[in-house]
Amino acid sequence: MSDWLSPAETQAVWLSLQIAGRAVLFGLAPAVAMAWLLARRDFWGKALLDGLVHVPLILPPVVVGYMLLLLFGVRGPLGAPLYEWFGIRLVFTSAGAALATAVMAFPLMVRAARLGLEAVDPGLEAAARTLGAGPLDRFLTITLPLMLPGILAGAIIGFAAGLGEFGAVITFAANVPGETQTLPLAIYSALQSPGGDATAARLASISFGLALVFLLLSEAVARRLRVWLGR
Amino acid sequence: MLDVAVTKRLGGFDLDVAFTAPLPGVVALFGVSGAGKSSLVNLIAGLARPDAGHIRVGDDVLFDAGRGVDVPVERRRIGYVFQDARLFPHQGVAANLRYGLNRAPAGDRRIGFDAVVDLLGLEVLLTRRPHHLSGGERQRVALGRALLAQPRLLLMDEPLASLDAARKREVLPYVERLRDELKLPIVYVSHAMNEVARLADTLVLLDRGRVLAHGPLTELAARADLPLADDGFDVGAIFDARVAHHDAERGLTALAFAGGSLLSPLLDLPLGTHRRIRIRARDVVLATRRPEAISLHNILPGTVLDVTPRGPAGALVRIQVGEAVLLARVTRDAVTQLGLRPGVAAFALLKSAVIETDL
Repeated sequence: MSDWLSPAETQAVWLSLQIAGRAVLFGLAPAVAMAWLLARRDFWGKALLDGLVHVPLILPPVVVGYMLLLLFGVRGPLGAPLYEWFGIRLVFTSAGAALATAVMAFPLMVRAARLGLEAVDPGLEAAARTLGAGPLDRFLTITLPLMLPGILAGAIIGFAAGLGEFGAVITFAANVPGETQTLPLAIYSALQSPGGDATAARLASISFGLALVFLLLSEAVARRLRVWLGR
Repeated sequence: MLDVAVTKRLGGFDLDVAFTAPLPGVVALFGVSGAGKSSLVNLIAGLARPDAGHIRVGDDVLFDAGRGVDVPVERRRIGYVFQDARLFPHQGVAANLRYGLNRAPAGDRRIGFDAVVDLLGLEVLLTRRPHHLSGGERQRVALGRALLAQPRLLLMDEPLASLDAARKREVLPYVERLRDELKLPIVYVSHAMNEVARLADTLVLLDRGRVLAHGPLTELAARADLPLADDGFDVGAIFDARVAHHDAERGLTALAFAGGSLLSPLLDLPLGTHRRIRIRARDVVLATRRPEAISLHNILPGTVLDVTPRGPAGALVRIQVGEAVLLARVTRDAVTQLGLRPGVAAFALLKSAVIETDL
C-alpha cells in the first residue's frame, strides 16, 4: 500500500480505522444497555431519553460537534473537570475525534441493537427464570447471545458510519494530520489544495473499497449467526 | 399438599380459584380453551402475580398477599414445561439440559443428568441443536431440562397440544415414568380427556375462571352434574385397576377394580401392574334380570343411584357396583320399560373389548 499511497495518505487510512474502531469499542456497550432500557423498561422521561439518543441523526453534524465543543472544551462543564483532574483533553485530539464519531454513530448502534433485542422471544427469558436464572444471569446467558445478530449489525453499521464521519469530527476535533485527520477530512483537504485531485481519487477509492469489504463481511457473519440460532 | 387460592383480574374475566390437592400426585387442570388454565399455571410459576390469595406447596409458602410473601420465579424451584418447549436456540441439547441443573443448589441435586437422559431416552439427541429436533423430541428435552432444575413441583401446560397423535403416544409414557419413578408432583394442564384420564390423580375442573369441582379424578368422572358428563366429553367412568390373573387359554385377563373383577382381552402386562381403565357410558348395557346364554363376559350386579335425562331421548344412569360407580347411557324408553329409578337392582353388562386399558 505504501508504494501506492504517500505516508500521509496511509496515516489517514489507519487513523480512520482506529478512530472508527475506538468509537465502536466504547460506544457499543452503552448502546446495547440503552437499547435494553428503551425496549424493555418503562420509566419517567423515557420518551425524552429516546429523543435525545436519536438527536444526532437529525441535527446537522456540525451542530453536534459544536455542542461537544461546548460540553467537552477545556472550559466546558464536562471538559474542565476531565482536564483538571485527569489531564484528559479531548478537543483537537484523536480521542476527541473518536468521541465525536461515537456520538454520531450511537443512534445507529442503538437502533440495530434494539431490533436485535426485539427479535428475542421473551418466552425464552421466562423459561430461563423458571430454571433459576436471576436478572443479570438471564441477560448474559439468554438475551445477549440471542441479540448478537443485532449487536453485530450495530457494530458494523457504527464502524462504517464512523469511517465516514465528517462534520462533527472537524468541528470538535479539527483537521490535524496524524491526529484527527481521518479519510473524509483528508479527501476534503486534498480537494482544497492545488493538484490534490489524484490523492482525493485514491483515498475515495479506498473509502469505497473499505465500505464494500465491511458490508460483505457483515452479511457473511450475519448468515452464520442465523444458522447458529436456527432462524 | 398443593394449596392454591388466588384471584386475578384478567382481560376477559376474573380468575377466582381455590383448590387443594394431595402431593405427590398428578393434578390435572381441565377445561375448555379460555377457562383460565394457563393463567392459573403462570400464577403458580410466579410469571404473573395474583391480586390476592395464597399459593403453598407442602410447607413452602410461595405467595401470600396477606403476609406480603412473593417468592421470585427464579427461587420458586417450580419446573415449567411450556406448550412450545422454549428450548434455547443458541445452545445444544446438552447445554439446554444443564441450564437448570447448573443453577440448582449443589446440595440438592437428587435428579442426576445421566438418570434423566436415561429416563427420557435423550442419549442420541445430546449433540443435536434444538432446531434439528422433531416436536416430540423437543418436548422430551424441555421435560428433561425442567426436571434437572430439581423442581419441587412440575408444571406442564398442554405439553402435548402441538403434537400429532403418534408423537403424543411417544411422550406420554415418559410423563408416566416421572409420576411413578420420581414421585414428582405434577400439575398437568390439558383439554384432552384421554390424557387426563391416563395421568391424573386429582382433577380440577375449570370454567371461565372458576373451579367447578375438584377432587379425585375417579370420583369426579362418575358424577352426572359436571360438564365431564356432557356428551361432548365422551362420558365414561375411570378406575384404577390391577392385573389380577391371566387366562391365556381363553385369551382373557382379569382386572381387579373397586367394583370387583372385569375380564378384558389378554393384556401383555405382568401380574400386579396398575393401570387406569375407562369404561364409556355408551358401551354399558343395563338389565334388571341376570341374562343367560349371552356372549358378554362382564355382568356386574349393582344398584341404580340416579337417572339424569340427557338429550332429547336419552338418559345417563349411574349404577353402584361394589365400591365403584359405573355410568350407562341408555334411552329414556329403556328407563321406562325397565323401571330404572334410584334403588332398583340392575346388572351392568359390558363386552370385554370395550374396557379401555390403553388410554
